[in-house]
Amino acid sequence: MKGRVLVVDDDTALAEMLGIVLRGEGFEPSFVADGDKALAAFRETKPDLVLLDLMLPGRDGIEVCRLIRAESGVPIVMLTAKSDTVDVVVGLESGADDYIVKPFKPKELVARIRARLRRSEEPAPEQLAIGDLVIDVAGHSVKREGQSIALTPLEFDLLVALARKPWQVFTREVLLEQVWGYRHAADTRLVNVHVQRLRSKVEKDPERPEIVVTVRGVGYKAGPS
Amino acid sequence: MSRDSAASAPGQPGSRSRPVGRKTTSSFWARFSEGWLLQGGVQGSPVLRLFMRWVRRPLLPVMRLWRRNIQLKVVVTTLLMSLGVVLLLGFVVIGQVRNGLLDAKVRASESQATGGFGVAEQRADAAASAGGDDGSSTDERPVQNISAWLSDLVESLSSGGQGAFDVVTLSSSSTVAGADSGGRGPRSSGGVDPATSVPEDLRRRIDENTLPAQSYTRIVYKTGQDSQPGLVIGKQVNDPNRDPYQLYYLFPLTQEEKSLSLVKGTLATAGLFVVVLLGAIAWLVVRQVVTPVRMAAGIAERLSAGRLQERMKVTGEDDIARLGEAFNKMAQNLQLKIQQLEDLSRMQRRFVSDVSHELRTPLTTVRMAADVIHDARVDFDPVTARSAELLADQLDRFETLLADLLEISRFDAGAAALEAEPIDLREVVRRVVSGAEPLAERKGTQIKVVGDHQPVVAEADARRVERVLRNLVVNAVEHGEGKDVVVRLAAAGGAVAVAVRDYGVGLKPGEATRVFSRFWRADPARARTTGGTGLGLSIALEDARLHGGWLQAWGEPGGGSQFRLTLPRTADEPLRGSPIPLEPRDSRRNRGLNDAGLPLGGTQKLATVPAQPHGEHGVPPMPPRAPVAPRLAGGVDPAALPGNGARVVPRPAAEARAVATAPVESGEREEPGEAPSEGGAGTGEGPDQLKQGEGSRGR
Repeated sequence: MKGRVLVVDDDTALAEMLGIVLRGEGFEPSFVADGDKALAAFRETKPDLVLLDLMLPGRDGIEVCRLIRAESGVPIVMLTAKSDTVDVVVGLESGADDYIVKPFKPKELVARIRARLRRSEEPAPEQLAIGDLVIDVAGHSVKREGQSIALTPLEFDLLVALARKPWQVFTREVLLEQVWGYRHAADTRLVNVHVQRLRSKVEKDPERPEIVVTVRGVGYKAGPS
Repeated sequence: MSRDSAASAPGQPGSRSRPVGRKTTSSFWARFSEGWLLQGGVQGSPVLRLFMRWVRRPLLPVMRLWRRNIQLKVVVTTLLMSLGVVLLLGFVVIGQVRNGLLDAKVRASESQATGGFGVAEQRADAAASAGGDDGSSTDERPVQNISAWLSDLVESLSSGGQGAFDVVTLSSSSTVAGADSGGRGPRSSGGVDPATSVPEDLRRRIDENTLPAQSYTRIVYKTGQDSQPGLVIGKQVNDPNRDPYQLYYLFPLTQEEKSLSLVKGTLATAGLFVVVLLGAIAWLVVRQVVTPVRMAAGIAERLSAGRLQERMKVTGEDDIARLGEAFNKMAQNLQLKIQQLEDLSRMQRRFVSDVSHELRTPLTTVRMAADVIHDARVDFDPVTARSAELLADQLDRFETLLADLLEISRFDAGAAALEAEPIDLREVVRRVVSGAEPLAERKGTQIKVVGDHQPVVAEADARRVERVLRNLVVNAVEHGEGKDVVVRLAAAGGAVAVAVRDYGVGLKPGEATRVFSRFWRADPARARTTGGTGLGLSIALEDARLHGGWLQAWGEPGGGSQFRLTLPRTADEPLRGSPIPLEPRDSRRNRGLNDAGLPLGGTQKLATVPAQPHGEHGVPPMPPRAPVAPRLAGGVDPAALPGNGARVVPRPAAEARAVATAPVESGEREEPGEAPSEGGAGTGEGPDQLKQGEGSRGR
């Protein structure tokens, strides 16, 4: 696995520093400083992961995130200076897989990037069923009655994690560890937002979920097959 | 019974003989007015009360309407008062009309009767002289003659009246008993029943003197005609034999009565119309006034509900319009002020957010650079390597400080929002404890968790609660001097609590409140080795407040301290007490010891073995604690009392009471004047705290 990372950040010093750190860890960074040029750069470089600053000149990070997500499921990690709920949730809802609050440590950043890229590794062939969905883990596809549903890798991982153990109720913390690769507890809003996004794609009626069921006060579990 | 008589009007003996229904009603009202306030002391039979309630129930909505509706009040009052006025007027007018009618009639009747009496006397005289002319008349003749003569007289007198009056003759009562009563029996014209039509007392009056007299009566007819009111004028007249008899003129008042009833009818109709119209007018007039008032009330309600652009419609220049203008002006100013405050708050928030971003981006670069340098320090000479270490360490501190500052300013700006959901505090405690393990190991401290054999669930923001507890536990470990730290969980009533107990240096008197102050340090001279920002407990306090919970501290010098977080089980439920007493059971005072009488070794021993009888679960929030029992008398949860200078966070009323009821005990360790100043500070900032908490929760 080689990591091409597109860094979208207008702060040249930070971008350069990020480049130093990423190269030091064996990634191939490329840079773009303007939100308007981000999409073009994305198409050109075809990165394995995007590091996206939320505050950008031109198009802001949220918009860029939405545009990239519209055409690709590539992992997006947001860099944000704001840890307020609204900012984070808006970022996540626009399609980011994970976020990292400034100031962060280089190791932390690298760990996040690795965790997101690791998901792209080849898994063993496996067929799973959850509700009326059929999941082909190796083929990275989810089908309902032959109709395939497009999910981002992260959403796919989340669904697979739930489907592998349909008898188990997953707390948000456990999901954070299994899907996002967090060692110690982090922000459970990540889970909430992504479960909502996942539901909006796989549920027949997102208001009354049958695939990803909420267990009040505990977490989530897979719906009965 | 004594109540009843007391309630019924004094000096009215008649009230006792009132009908039963009224009586019980009045007694009910007496009970209602007195007994209600006295919480229904000794009362009558429950059946009676039940009955009264049953009677009263349908009236309640009416009474409520009466109390709340000024329009109804005015209209009903107007109706009643105008009804009274109309009735009074009616009586006066009718009385005057009747008097006028009757006066005329009486005068006419009197002259008629006087004329009649004259005629009767003349005829008697004439008959007497004619009889005298006859000369020698027999003794029997005159009787026969008188009888016929009287009939004749009645006939002729009444024939002149054309039915306008009737004439009755009666024998004088002095001669009724006489032998010749047969001849002078009652005679009448027009079928009048003479005996019943002429009142008895009039007859007596006429007997007594010879002047004419009159009286009102009912004329009764022998012919079956309806009796009718009438005026009777009578006089004692002599017959041709010089014997007195009574002659009466009876004038029916049918006409007058008809006129009177017509007047009455007219007046009643007019009165009814007047009353109804007055009611309608009152209704209209009141509506003119009440409608704007109601509108103002409605708009005021909407204004207070936050719809600041609501205004009253103003027409004209009258007082109502002035009210409307003043109201609108007030609303305008209110809106302006609120707008300004909102703008200010938004600016503040914006500023914080911007500062945050602007500071954080360069800090990130510095941080990364420092880490890269730090990682490469093995290649540097010792001085540069050490500098790299210092740089990295202090950047950590700087980051934490910045984060805390931003967090505090977020609270200050009211931008902190609570994301409450049911969480099990045991999970949070577990995470916090495992997170603090490395530090505890370094310090040689053992962290024990007590009371975690049962779920401790509350609606809370897991992130914030975890932050609070992490702070408390880390503080306890850092200040615990290597002794054990006990984290205790409990749930009871509507509250859950986590208390963190350490056995370290403890707190000096008065410090229990000061620990929550920003940038406060127990000992300014002490080296800042532990690297806290000085904002941790302030943030924790704000977090607790945001939950509507309490964060309180207790401590004794050298005896360690206990920090207790109490949260309501469900968000927005007011806290009444805490399941864990603020002052731990193993405090010196609770063991009946004082500072001096305690060897240090003993402290350690006792302290590290907190004998827990284990009643935390399912036990009421006030476990009886022997030595300080007198303090419980206040009725407030003893745990909430600021015994040694604890801080009761967001419930100002409870705090005020707690402070008021708590005697300043343990004076030997408290600086004089400390407790009152705490109380003052606490109550003083109470409403503010509450406001702020609500504001941020209300979003």
